[in-house]
Amino acid sequence: MEFFDNLLDETHTTVRDMARRFAEEHIRPHAEAWEESGTFPRELYPKAAEAGILSIGVPEQAGGSGGGALHQVMVIEGLMRGTSAGVVAGLGSLGIGLPAVWQTERADLIDRYVRPCLTGERISCLAITEPGTGSDVAGVRTKAVRDGSDWVVSGSKMFITSGVRADFITTLVRTGDDPHGGLSFLLIEADRPGVSVSRALRKTGWWASDTAELSFDAVRVPEGNLLGEEGEGFLTLMRNFQLERLALAAYGVATAQIALDEAMAYTKQRKAFGRSLSRFQITKHKLAEMATAVLTARTLTYQVAHRMDAGDYLIGEVSMAKNVAAKTAIDVCYDAVQLLGGMGYMRESVVERLSRDARLLPIGGGTQEIMREIIAKEMGL
Amino acid sequence: MKIGVCAKVTPDTGAQIKVVGNGIDTAGIKWVVNPYDAYAIEEAVKTVENHGGSVHLFTVGDDSVVAPLRAGGLAVGGEDLTQISDAALNDADSLGVAKALAASLKAAGVEAVFAGKESVDGVSSQVPAMVAELLGWPLVSIVTGFETDGSTFKATREIGGGVVEVVSGSLPAVFTCDKGLNTPRYAKLPQIMKAKRKKVIKQDLAAIGLSAADVAPKATESNFSEPAARPAGRMLSGSVQEQAKELVHLLRNEAKVL
Ligand SMILES: Cc1cc2nc3c(=O)[nH]c(=O)nc-3n(C[C@H](O)[C@H](O)[C@H](O)COP(=O)(O)OP(=O)(O)OC[C@H]3O[C@@H](n4cnc5c(N)ncnc54)[C@H](O)[C@@H]3O)c2cc1C
Repeated sequence: MEFFDNLLDETHTTVRDMARRFAEEHIRPHAEAWEESGTFPRELYPKAAEAGILSIGVPEQAGGSGGGALHQVMVIEGLMRGTSAGVVAGLGSLGIGLPAVWQTERADLIDRYVRPCLTGERISCLAITEPGTGSDVAGVRTKAVRDGSDWVVSGSKMFITSGVRADFITTLVRTGDDPHGGLSFLLIEADRPGVSVSRALRKTGWWASDTAELSFDAVRVPEGNLLGEEGEGFLTLMRNFQLERLALAAYGVATAQIALDEAMAYTKQRKAFGRSLSRFQITKHKLAEMATAVLTARTLTYQVAHRMDAGDYLIGEVSMAKNVAAKTAIDVCYDAVQLLGGMGYMRESVVERLSRDARLLPIGGGTQEIMREIIAKEMGL
Repeated sequence: MKIGVCAKVTPDTGAQIKVVGNGIDTAGIKWVVNPYDAYAIEEAVKTVENHGGSVHLFTVGDDSVVAPLRAGGLAVGGEDLTQISDAALNDADSLGVAKALAASLKAAGVEAVFAGKESVDGVSSQVPAMVAELLGWPLVSIVTGFETDGSTFKATREIGGGVVEVVSGSLPAVFTCDKGLNTPRYAKLPQIMKAKRKKVIKQDLAAIGLSAADVAPKATESNFSEPAARPAGRMLSGSVQEQAKELVHLLRNEAKVL
């Protein structure tokens, strides 16, 4: 990894190696079984916490270990070595569920909700998308109405990662009529009367991560569960999208890297027409292209993370990194499947799983079209 | 208690080793703390967590060994790293390395020394025994269990046939650590951050009262060779009966294993 010496210091490489060791010891041996079963044991959360992985990226004042965007990229790359993006997404749902909570800097919320997630005792999730709206966040209709010292919440949320077993839901709700200024974040405990999981959704990939449709039926939530100020929800969301999108870029880089490694190993040992597949020039060129794409995506992703850690607010560049890495993951996985031939299409091969998991990347956390909208806007178009 | 740990960096055990000339091709190799030394570090850290004190790492090597030792040593509880580096040590043998380590450990005033039972690259298992001899301390090798009250120790070793031997004595002493002794902890980000600022004490031979002549090698590695390449596999064809018959024939007459 000497190529990235100018961006990665020892803290980054050590975090990556630790996350990778954790993945190799605690995820990889079970990846196939967990993927097929559509979930992974809850005990993995405290185990990951014990290994110091869950708290990276959360400030020390909020009970975390500190660390920046590039450290979080390292964690994802390391964990992805378990070859199950679903497990990484499930373990990582606190990465999107918690920021709106600790950003309030309220000790009561940090002690009750943030710290237990960092020790792996509780699970959090982030609920923005609804059956009727996704890309168009201003279309959020889940309503919170004041009633005495409570909010009363009604509506539903869709495609929520870890929504099936989350203990609390960081929920974007409509508290006013203004399309953007009428949105707020509420912390809703999953055991409040009226909260229910309507469906555990079946998906193309990310099988080990549960994805829920949630329903809120006149759920009473105390006033104190409002995160930040009323009407600030949209701004908070936009700010936190930056890291979520960077994280998804990291999934893309890691996915493509593993697919490339798998294809390299397979084509070296697989023989056809009297020689290793890797000795055909067409294979060599294909692998060379795949490696080039991986390095390109990784370079952009690391550089954006590095600039974010230096304090830059890079809306367009983050969106570019997400799109490049997502496309790279899909293309490299496609090629890897092709290079493995029939084996690439079999559930027992890692690239089969990666190629399904990669399909999420241009959709989740803002679609590739929305990313292009943002990039165009940043270009002044 | 002040504990010294002798640790070196070795290629990651997953690395592809290629012999070139009188050494190995180091291109693309990832260097990590020798896995057996990681047990030594963990045991030392656990011991000071229970009894107070501090863990000090000692290594012989150039600047390239510092980063892996920060990650695998200082970030998991080591207080500082003493790096003994001297041109005269470049082709030192085990005795030369042991002399340097012993001199440095003695100067630091450590009360116990932990090391790996062997390094996964050199696999000579000589250095810790020589260090013990040079310090005039007892050596307990290949330890899989360790207890101390701060002045005496009880170490267990698995000897042949699964028999467990218990060795007791008083400190100071040198212990070499085997797999099974403990599970090395994960380095956590706050400690990794702190490790960046921990002290690396660089010593040349003069700083520890030795001369180039003291560490001149008495034995040198003269040649390396790779194991013979495995012959290619053979696919049998025909009906299952024919294949089974052919397989038995080959196992008996060619492989001579039946
Ligand atoms: C596995 C998975 C996990 C998820 N986890 C979560 C989660 O934890 N929390 C959460 O809140 N959400 C989650 N989502 C939802 C995800 O964020 C949305 O699916 C995504 O934002 C797109 O919204 P949508 O599905 O409603 O698509 P739509 O917004 O309906 O878009 C459909 C298509 O129209 C395109 N489109 C929309 N608007 C425009 C435009 N202006 N110009 C051009 N094209 C446009 C889109 O790009 C897309 O191709 C998850 C989704 C998946 C699949």
